[in-house]
Amino acid sequence: MFTTAAQLLDLTDKKLVLVLRDGRKLIGVLRSWDQFANLVLQDTVERLYAGNLYADIPRGIFLVRGENVLLLGEIDLDREDELPTTVQRASFQEVFELKQKEEERRKGNDKKRHGKLRGLGFEAEHSGEILF
Amino acid sequence: MLFFSFFKTLTNQTVTIELKNDIRIRGTLKSVDQYLNIKLDDVDVLDLDKYPHLSSVKNMFIRGSVVRYVVLPRSEVDVGLLEDATRREAANQAGKAR
Repeated sequence: MFTTAAQLLDLTDKKLVLVLRDGRKLIGVLRSWDQFANLVLQDTVERLYAGNLYADIPRGIFLVRGENVLLLGEIDLDREDELPTTVQRASFQEVFELKQKEEERRKGNDKKRHGKLRGLGFEAEHSGEILF
Repeated sequence: MLFFSFFKTLTNQTVTIELKNDIRIRGTLKSVDQYLNIKLDDVDVLDLDKYPHLSSVKNMFIRGSVVRYVVLPRSEVDVGLLEDATRREAANQAGKAR
């Protein structure tokens, strides 16, 4: 079987990490999907990463339009708590503030780089589509 | 559909996929569909420290639209055969257009 349906079938009712095009990481149970990889996740938690910290935000049910999906990974339940020692759990507030600072820095850098590229006659990479 | 058929011949081979956001993932190519969505088994994320959210993932579904490159095992690709198939497909397309 070589269809999207066949590929997603074995992931149904499994705990997955979903990475979206805007960089969000959602962890939840895959309950439904279609041929475009539109997805429904249940008991979803959004995991926010910044620097070497992370925080979880309970979110509930997600219906994600397929075009926003970057990848879908099945979590090995035996290893799910073995996070790399480089990241530590922190409060939402702390991670959120750090993330905002990182975003600002990144946006500033991108703007500078795009300006320079444009000066040289280049259009920046994925200027039509943002990917993280 | 040529590349779809081509990728089908590479199932169960170890490939490295680079995504448009620079993540590189090595794994066994389990399946591919008409959009070139890819399923990988026994995944190994290169530079895992930068992507801690992928640390406990064992297999993954990657949407075809976010793939930048697929690195293939050289020995598994018959370039001559692929070239012939390309020309056959092009001839078919030209035939249809007329």
